[in-house]
Amino acid sequence: MVYLTRKAEFAASHYYHNPNFTAEENQRIFGKCNNSNGHGHNYTLEVTVKGEINPQSGFVVDLKELKEVLNREVLDAMDHRFLNKEVPEFFEKVPTTENLAVVVWQRLAPKLKAAQLHRVRVYETPDLFADFYGEA
Amino acid sequence: MKAHLTRRYRFSASHRLHNQEMSAEENRAAYGKCNNPYGHGHNYFLEVTVSGQLDDSTGMVCNLADLDGFVKAEILEKFDLQNLNTMQEFADFVPTTENLCVALYQILQRGFIKAHLEKIRIEETMMNSFEYAGGGEIRH
Repeated sequence: MVYLTRKAEFAASHYYHNPNFTAEENQRIFGKCNNSNGHGHNYTLEVTVKGEINPQSGFVVDLKELKEVLNREVLDAMDHRFLNKEVPEFFEKVPTTENLAVVVWQRLAPKLKAAQLHRVRVYETPDLFADFYGEA
Repeated sequence: MKAHLTRRYRFSASHRLHNQEMSAEENRAAYGKCNNPYGHGHNYFLEVTVSGQLDDSTGMVCNLADLDGFVKAEILEKFDLQNLNTMQEFADFVPTTENLCVALYQILQRGFIKAHLEKIRIEETMMNSFEYAGGGEIRH
């Protein structure tokens, strides 16, 4: 089994808010992240796939295909967007780094053919990242 | 959904690698310039990884403010700008980064109850890093 990681960057804005909480609860739980005008990050995404090396091509996965899927399913939808208002998953879900990792996984997993998704890592800043391994 | 969250912190400290039970020659052989008598310092980076089910209402493994608050009070304020050799944690242990990993892991394991502690990782310099998960295997 060989693991291969592709990195990508996107910039997006978001804010943390749960409509089921009161204004005070939202403020207490989410702090500055609750400002409804939003704020932004340069996100770095790492997508790790695993598989056996194809003896003919020497590839685990065709990197070009992985890049195309990543661009189409994730970057085109999220880069330079306000996540709460423009990415349907976040109309209901709070766009935390953890949820972003889950959503990226859910967008990629059904589209990848040869390789199996191993891990999605989303860096919100260089000092904070979330990992999702597809676990229930 | 189970996710992992990693937060990175930094602190600076000095240390000297020296074992009282070894001779001067043995210490020099084992620790090289890290055994220089007056010690030296590093800018350490600490990564704390916690895991757990995502809370549906917050989308979080745990509130980052709780993790930051704990690490600040129990680790950064105690270790930053200190000489590790003078600290209680290293009364009986050489302050290698391996032992520092174990000491900081134990502080988190004992005191941080808001999420499952998965592992910690410490960078001593840009060229080396150490990980500890309580003795278990680490998944990357």
